[in-house]
Amino acid sequence: MLLQQLINGLTLGGVYALIALGYTMVYGILELINFAHGEIYMLGAYLGIIFLAFFTAAGLTATSLPIALFLTVLLTIIFCSAYGFAMEKTAYKPLRNAPRLSPLISAIGVSIFLQNYVMLTQGATDKVFPYKFSSAGFQFLNVNMTYLQAIIIAVSALLMLLLHLFIQKTRIGKAMRATAQDKTMASLVGINVDIIISATFVIGAGLAAVAGIMVAAYYGLVNYYIGYIAGIKAFTAAVLGGIGSIPGAMLGGIVLGLVESIGAAYISSEYKDAYAFIILIIILLIKPSGILGKTAEEKV
Amino acid sequence: MFVLEVSNLTKRFGGIRAVEDVGFKIRDNSIVSIIGPNGAGKTTLFNCLTGITRPTKGNILFTDKYISKLPPHKTAEMGIARTFQNIRLFSEMTVMENVMVSQHARVRYGLMSAIMKNNGFRKKEQTIREKAFEYLELVGLEEYAGDIADSLPYGSQRRLEIARAMATEPKLILLDEPTAGMNPAETSEVMTLIKKIRELGKTILLIEHDMRLVMGISNWIVVLDHGVKIAEGRPDDIKNDPLVIEAYLGREMSH
Repeated sequence: MLLQQLINGLTLGGVYALIALGYTMVYGILELINFAHGEIYMLGAYLGIIFLAFFTAAGLTATSLPIALFLTVLLTIIFCSAYGFAMEKTAYKPLRNAPRLSPLISAIGVSIFLQNYVMLTQGATDKVFPYKFSSAGFQFLNVNMTYLQAIIIAVSALLMLLLHLFIQKTRIGKAMRATAQDKTMASLVGINVDIIISATFVIGAGLAAVAGIMVAAYYGLVNYYIGYIAGIKAFTAAVLGGIGSIPGAMLGGIVLGLVESIGAAYISSEYKDAYAFIILIIILLIKPSGILGKTAEEKV
Repeated sequence: MFVLEVSNLTKRFGGIRAVEDVGFKIRDNSIVSIIGPNGAGKTTLFNCLTGITRPTKGNILFTDKYISKLPPHKTAEMGIARTFQNIRLFSEMTVMENVMVSQHARVRYGLMSAIMKNNGFRKKEQTIREKAFEYLELVGLEEYAGDIADSLPYGSQRRLEIARAMATEPKLILLDEPTAGMNPAETSEVMTLIKKIRELGKTILLIEHDMRLVMGISNWIVVLDHGVKIAEGRPDDIKNDPLVIEAYLGREMSH
């Protein structure tokens, strides 16, 4: 029973972590809570359904499922990244030197806009994921892990590993870390800060896109408001791990997923959504900087 | 041959005139010091030269190109590097990474080759690493390459800032009080380092309060007071300039 809940929790937690990374990366560089980030995840779920439905209609799903899924994920990432890029350029960049409240309100505006845009174009009713994954899976120690759960956990882990390597090893990754620590100094060593900020939004959106497809496949149903609750939970995960910290977002997401599924199993599933917020309140009261976050220093 | 020509440079913040109608020229491969009492406009001048603030009026000509409207990453690309009065290292990164970041902006390679980790990428990464190491050797920090920048002692952090600035491969390097807070031994180390940097063909523009260092090292000195240039010349001329003595040196050297 506990082990089963751990697996469910890891599945959920991996998804939360992928979304939380977008929050924490943007916060790390701009000190902005991008409240529209949850909508990118929602767009990912919808775009995944649209592309997969297209490939199914074209017959590709029937002949070669892995290729159809791969192309769906690839196209969804590209489209969501474009949304993320455009969002930063239109809603946040013009407000970069404005008081901090302005981009926050702009973010809420983007969020409301995207929800209504999807509702108008896709309808207010639930959309069904065009492929039903079998409930077969691995059996061990009295526990059942479906193949889809295994895929979600593996994909989340792989993406987090790739992101970690990207941030630590590559030129852009180093430039991102430098920009997060001191934007002015970063520009003085020749880093184009605008490009780094765009890259941050694009990467965050790509991760959220994958999370969106995986959730759509896992639950089979999506609607235009799933981004709101998932966004707030992922934000909680980012705060839990320490906002601005990339390992923190990964850890926070997984802890949150585990707490939710264990809470649902042992306490009550009625309060499933409440656990995230109970954790948020506790963290803000006890350690506002989060598990891996550093105590905020006033920047000179 | 002048590497930098500043003319009529003015920067006002509201009603405050931080820099007013300042002009001077810097000869290639020289060491020039900017001196003046606190609030004379020295750091504002540096901010204008590097594109951090845009001048209200005036021109900055760097290697015969106008740069007063360029953003900082462009001035860096053109060949101006700087350090700050208060240390601004990327403190959570390693000593090596601090220097590599500057090198990365110089050496271009595509995102795909970084992801694919192909030969071109490996070779360039290797070159960057070797070059970064050379700059660490220049300032004597090669042993600490793997340490977190924040863990270095104060004097070493200042030298790391100079290494990081050098790694952008500038023609002109601006040093804002490089010996602030240092003891005499560390100060003379920095003095030797500045001379070494000049021997590498760089031009150095220095803000400094340590008069022994300024007089001992500079080819040319520009004196600012309340945002206005009150004198410029060779160290010996500046030492004996009555205006300078009144505005600045008098207070420093009277005892």
